[in-house]
Amino acid sequence: MSKKPTIELRTSPHAHAGDDVVRIMRNVIYALLPICAFTIWEFGLSALALLFVVTITCLLSERLFNRLNDSASSLSDWSATITGLLLALTLPPGFPLWMGAVAGFIAIGLGKALFGGLGMNAMNPALIGRAFVQAAFPVAITTWTPAFFEGRFSQFIPTTLTPPFLQSPTIGEWVAAVNVDAFSGATPLALQKFEGVQTDIMDMLLGTTAGSAGETSALLILICGLYLAARNMLDWRIPVMVILGAALTAGIFFLIDPVRYPDPLFVLCSGGLMLGAWFMASDMVGSPVTPLGIIIYGLMIGIITVIIRLFGGLTEGVMYAILLGNAATPLIDQITQPRVFGQQRASK
Amino acid sequence: MGLLNLLFGLKSFTHGIHPPYHKDTADKTIRRLPFPAELVLPLNQHIGKPAIPVVRKGQEVVRGEPIAKADGNFSVPIHAPATGRVRDIELMPTPKGPKSNAIVLDVYEGSTQEVLWEQPREMSDLTQQEIIHAIQDSGMVGLGGAAFPSHIKLMIPEGKQVDTLIINGCECEPYLTCDHRIMLEYPKQLLRGIRYAMRASGTSQAIIGIEDNKMDAVEMLRSNLSKGSPVRVEEVETKYPQGSEKMLIKSLLDREVPAGGLPADVGVVVNNVGTLAGLGQLLPKGQGLIERVITVAGPGVVKPGNYMVPLGTPISHILQQTGYEGSRTEFILGGPMMGPAVSAMDTPITKGTSGLLVLNEPSIEEESHRIWPCIRCARCVYACPMHLNPSILGQMAAKRKYEEMAQEYHLNDCFECGCCSYVCPSNIPLVQYFRIAKAINREQAA
Repeated sequence: MSKKPTIELRTSPHAHAGDDVVRIMRNVIYALLPICAFTIWEFGLSALALLFVVTITCLLSERLFNRLNDSASSLSDWSATITGLLLALTLPPGFPLWMGAVAGFIAIGLGKALFGGLGMNAMNPALIGRAFVQAAFPVAITTWTPAFFEGRFSQFIPTTLTPPFLQSPTIGEWVAAVNVDAFSGATPLALQKFEGVQTDIMDMLLGTTAGSAGETSALLILICGLYLAARNMLDWRIPVMVILGAALTAGIFFLIDPVRYPDPLFVLCSGGLMLGAWFMASDMVGSPVTPLGIIIYGLMIGIITVIIRLFGGLTEGVMYAILLGNAATPLIDQITQPRVFGQQRASK
Repeated sequence: MGLLNLLFGLKSFTHGIHPPYHKDTADKTIRRLPFPAELVLPLNQHIGKPAIPVVRKGQEVVRGEPIAKADGNFSVPIHAPATGRVRDIELMPTPKGPKSNAIVLDVYEGSTQEVLWEQPREMSDLTQQEIIHAIQDSGMVGLGGAAFPSHIKLMIPEGKQVDTLIINGCECEPYLTCDHRIMLEYPKQLLRGIRYAMRASGTSQAIIGIEDNKMDAVEMLRSNLSKGSPVRVEEVETKYPQGSEKMLIKSLLDREVPAGGLPADVGVVVNNVGTLAGLGQLLPKGQGLIERVITVAGPGVVKPGNYMVPLGTPISHILQQTGYEGSRTEFILGGPMMGPAVSAMDTPITKGTSGLLVLNEPSIEEESHRIWPCIRCARCVYACPMHLNPSILGQMAAKRKYEEMAQEYHLNDCFECGCCSYVCPSNIPLVQYFRIAKAINREQAA
């Protein structure tokens, strides 16, 4: 105490819980890493290249828009990295890299920077990017590859290296050449919807089926999601409500006509439902903040997903359901303002 | 009420936070410190009208003697905490911030800590009105921190029916343990004070609410209660801000104080344990409030503990006795969640000061918190005990829509507990925004 001490003056509270945005974002990335690792193991070099290219494009786009905005770099908040990883995980593993780059640029530019960056985006940026390429490249985004094909660590899927601005080649011959038994080039959802073939639930849980890079193993996604929920970095109510909404809706149709409609367990384990529920619907920015709002939002996404799957022209409806949910969020928040302590019930 | 609490039958309110409690001084018995050389007694250390001095510059006073009288009903007197001479009545720094008029007392060296001034009385003879007068004469205010005159609180407004006296023994702020020690060391005085308060307020039952991290206090008070006593002790969940009046009433009785209303609107009056232990001690002797227990704690204090200090003791004197370390320090009067930081070392301990915390470098983060945009994580929504929506309120405050905040989003129900700022991962100074918004709205209304 020889030196005169500095007296700090701040306003209360003088304590903080310690969690910050960066820590939450980093934990989301930790939770995504096992899924990324699995998809690389499953689809080989092509998945690795896709993850890399999409994520780098997202980071470069974020930096570009920081520049254009004259704002400080926001790469350190990790949110662009999450967008990149999530986006790559929703694309087919053999998706042409140049199209992946387009998706990444659109995700950050149109989905996030245009709204004002972190926290301001109305919808999930990764899904904006995916919706764009779904409309722009309808063939490439529905070209599937068999899981665990021979030689996946020594060669790319032929579509991966499509030169920019060209359509991808057809890969029927290549699939036959890599020698996968009876692969028809369809995801479990397509098999069920168009051919009435039921994929084994165990295959979908473990992820030995065709599908988008990160959506194949429902079990792995569930475990990673639970990690986040356990660390309180994710509102568990959202995925639970999405799953509940989807299961209930599917259950009703299954009871009406078990031959025509899939059973609820199939609905939950197939397609992007798990990935969407745990990692995209639960995105804090696009979901409501009120307790009742979160329930409505989750149920709505689950119900719409199943309705699109059963009655729409598309095999998968998670993406549009979540985007619709994001769009409805401000309205849901508005009409579900909680009753303030001490206010009379039923009055404002 | 949360599901777990429902299952285990623990009384609580919804939302709130669980900060680390740091109740390291809970086992330190209350000790006295030597008198300081000077005492600073602000005339406005209570809520209401400032007291009027009844002493002149240079006048000698004895410990316990009244030195300022109440200005009307909504005011309380001040008594001399030590024998000495009035040096001056001048502007001095206060915990509230702006300087205000204070009686400055030069304390005689070696003067006794015995209280020399008293007017004993037979409490059982007094009527309800006389008890209320006696409480005002004692200069007692809410010692939990609000410093609201106790006689006003116990005087039930006409037309209101009050059935229950709640005694607040929660002490939900981290670090503070003075109320805990009072319950352990002054149970007789506390129960006596409860009886006076019940007579003054005309209540038929009394409930002492204590957080369940102080089970020794719960047992101590229970063992002092006789069978058939109208007083009972209830444990409540350890959760901040359990010690807020509205939350404690909700926890104990499941009654909600209406927005903008008082506890009396739901038939309750709430007093802090320190306040009632003080009344139990002072009223029979007819003495005034001249000292209080404070907790001196925090990572920067060398000898933390619970100390009985005369009102008006400058914090520099206390820190000399207990020692402190750190080249960057922050001094907080009260708890870390709601207590103000002070800049002047001659700021005195007043009637409403419950603690003195010293934080130093490790707890004052080097990097000033970077503020990120709101990511709508809703943690503040689940933390706010008043069920407000701090997320939206914060965005509106940034746009300076202060009036709309009050009219549409119940800004005025915020009692500034700080839970929202505590949990915010973006470090948005939410409660700080709300204080400013409320102050601006008040100014515009005036």
